[in-house]
Amino acid sequence: MGDQAPRAAHPTDSRMSADAPLLAVRGLQKRFGAVRALAGVDLTVLHGQIHVLLGENGAGKSTLIKCLGGVHWPDGGSVALEGRPIAPASPRDAERIGISTVFQEINLIPHMSLAENISLGREPTGPLGRIRWHEVRRRAEVALARLGLRVGVGSDLSSCSIAIRQLVAIARALDVSAKLLILDEPTSSLDRGEVAQLMGVMRRLRADGLGIIFITHFLDQVYEIADRITILRDGALVGEYDPASLPRTRLVSLMIGREYSPPIATPTPTPTLTTAPTTATTTTPSSTNGETAETVAEPSIAVAHARNLGRRGSVEGINIQIDKGQTVGLAGLLGSGRSETARLFFGADRATEGSLEIDGTPVRLRSPRQAIRRRIAMTAEDRRSEGIIPNLSVRENILLALQVHRGLARPIPSAEASRLVHDFVRSLNIKTPSSEAPVSSLSGGNQQKALLARWLATDPHLLILDEPTRGIDVGAKAEIERLIGTLRERGMAVLLVGSDLEEVVRICRRVIVLRDRRQVAELHGGRCNEREIMAAIAEHTPSHIAVGSTPQPPLAGDSGGSR
Amino acid sequence: MKLIPSPRHIPMLATAVVLVGAFSLGSALYPNFASWGVIRNLLVDNAFLGIAAIGATFVIISGGIDLSVGSVMAFTSILIASLIEQHGVHPIPASGLALILGAAFGLGQGALIQAFRLPPFLITLAGMFLARGLAFAIHPQSLGIRDPFIATTINESLTFSLPLGPRGIQIPLTVDLFIAAAIVAWLVLTGMRFGRAVHAIGDDEHAANLMGLPVARTRIAVYGISGFMSAFAGVVFALYQQSGDPASCKGMELDAIAAVVIGGTLLRGGVGSVIGTVMGVMVFGLIQTMIAFQGDLSSWWTRIVVGVLVLTFLVLQRGVEWVGRRRN
Repeated sequence: MGDQAPRAAHPTDSRMSADAPLLAVRGLQKRFGAVRALAGVDLTVLHGQIHVLLGENGAGKSTLIKCLGGVHWPDGGSVALEGRPIAPASPRDAERIGISTVFQEINLIPHMSLAENISLGREPTGPLGRIRWHEVRRRAEVALARLGLRVGVGSDLSSCSIAIRQLVAIARALDVSAKLLILDEPTSSLDRGEVAQLMGVMRRLRADGLGIIFITHFLDQVYEIADRITILRDGALVGEYDPASLPRTRLVSLMIGREYSPPIATPTPTPTLTTAPTTATTTTPSSTNGETAETVAEPSIAVAHARNLGRRGSVEGINIQIDKGQTVGLAGLLGSGRSETARLFFGADRATEGSLEIDGTPVRLRSPRQAIRRRIAMTAEDRRSEGIIPNLSVRENILLALQVHRGLARPIPSAEASRLVHDFVRSLNIKTPSSEAPVSSLSGGNQQKALLARWLATDPHLLILDEPTRGIDVGAKAEIERLIGTLRERGMAVLLVGSDLEEVVRICRRVIVLRDRRQVAELHGGRCNEREIMAAIAEHTPSHIAVGSTPQPPLAGDSGGSR
Repeated sequence: MKLIPSPRHIPMLATAVVLVGAFSLGSALYPNFASWGVIRNLLVDNAFLGIAAIGATFVIISGGIDLSVGSVMAFTSILIASLIEQHGVHPIPASGLALILGAAFGLGQGALIQAFRLPPFLITLAGMFLARGLAFAIHPQSLGIRDPFIATTINESLTFSLPLGPRGIQIPLTVDLFIAAAIVAWLVLTGMRFGRAVHAIGDDEHAANLMGLPVARTRIAVYGISGFMSAFAGVVFALYQQSGDPASCKGMELDAIAAVVIGGTLLRGGVGSVIGTVMGVMVFGLIQTMIAFQGDLSSWWTRIVVGVLVLTFLVLQRGVEWVGRRRN
């Protein structure tokens, strides 16, 4: 704040606030320990603008909005609201300044009325600090009417739908005369009608001159409502774009950081859309890549066969057949339903529609326990919270699933256990001082291998790997890839969820593409490459955006576009 | 005036039903049960428990627990007995000092819970031992208070006479204090920002924080209130007994928690009411009275009935939550 001296004629003076942008973030930095969450990010939002913030996992979106909302404090860079530098110290402080955030998980109090949730903490009070309930009620009615919502403001929040809670959260955010409204994935659990209603509300607020930062993973929504798009990747700014001149394919490639080359050789860029539950094997023209099990001659029983599998409000229309010795990839953007699909195969979520056959038997998986009994194994995306038990030793972590499989009444003989652990530590090359060391002392890659060993010890027929190489170093990645190859040769069926498309096509011969929580394509053989996957992710039926148009140069610093 | 009816109030309605039911049952079973005298004794004998339970209501609505209540009461009673009898201090400044110390003790516990994110169960367990030890350090045995101010001014002159029943009934100051405390607490919890913040942090602390509520300040204040109310209950107990005793009030915190739960407050936090707590205390007292009227039952039967009631209410609360969720 102090060093304005060298540049005397700098335009961001406080008196320039009339034509200064609503929000100007410049070079924002934030570290969490050794992790660099934001490395010099810029963001400019104008009055009456809906600004979509895009980025994959770990791009820094949530860190950025938490810095703006006073939840985190940035380590460097500047934030200015209407030309005045600000540094919100708490959510309350940010609200006072004029920045209100509606977080994804909707932070409201369940056992209070809608009206009270809107005013809580800033209720109008009368003599002796008594809250004036009539006014609380009236204010809530006005605030909700502004959003076009007519409900009894006296009803309990816990008795309302997610969509109504979302609108109440927005009403609360607006109740403090906010200038900038931040909406963090507000549409992720709404149905179509509710999304349309929310979009209407956003348009209305835009017309009132409010600036809105909108985070979403649904590309259709981006193109429907965005005035401006800012893309982040790995904590850095990729660029700011005008949606009218940013083709979807380009947007996707900017988000995931892989260059998209417009198709030249193939006449039709659209991928194969397998909407009918046909089996993959019959349509394969020629399996060039050693998946021996795919020879059509013998109708082998699929290890797993999903027909129109889905779960209400989560994913729908999943048709996947995995045979012995096959590795199938699940690709799509964050929020497209990748992990949700994997969870259906593991019984972590219950399917509400469609059918699933395991080893030829129709099953209804109600819990991971049942899946494990059917010899299905899964390593979760977040290995810290869902997989590894940090304070147990490597040995105990490896033996855990096997013990569950055998039942607690039949302990594994100690000699056999030692042999097993020893074998896995050696064959997976788990780098650990001893098998008794706590697993938390291992590096990320070795933890992942220990987790894999745990499931391999149960000798699964189907192994589900949700981002197995996330956050581990290159060497360990290569080892895990090699290991998947070995497992495939031994006849294990593998379902791989991956966000790194290059890795997915390297490991898998067949890739299922998901978009907006449904299966949109199944690619195999020669089509199983990054370009086709990107095209499938970006594909869009109503064609008001020309997919083939020349990519426009971004407006602000396309720093990482060609990495 | 208040905005909300709904499933939240079902446990409290159930408390009212139990209260009316127990009183009707007593009246049907025992002659002379349905009298103003019985109601008066109910209030007099349970005023100190009621005051402690009001403090516990704040803590439990905020999602916490305070196990130091009984020990702080004992500490307070022996402190004022000692100050009055052994040091010649007038009862009013002695009581004032005890209230300040109780509030400070509670604030200290709250600050530790908040600053180190320690479970309130453990911090107040330590506080329970500490306060009990301090009580014995002041004076190792029971100490009678013979101060004329208490015997005459407080326990006689300040006793109201209500024209109820054939001979009228005498309402001592302690009952007035209990009723006043209940009214103030009710006003604070239902109609002040602070009280609503107590509900909010008990219901969803994370959300309350992101909604900009002063979570830390509120939580510390809640334990301060509990400490103050414990000391207040200790003062009333000393007036009622006309003595102080370091060994008294053992397990009073659990009686208070039981009364709060019977009063329909969720142990999970977020939902509860002082009216419910007052009714819970009355139910607690009614059970004791009925067992006394029965005559041939051991007083331990009180415990058995209270245990059953608490259990019933816990299950009822869970049931109401289920129904509420099913409706979504």
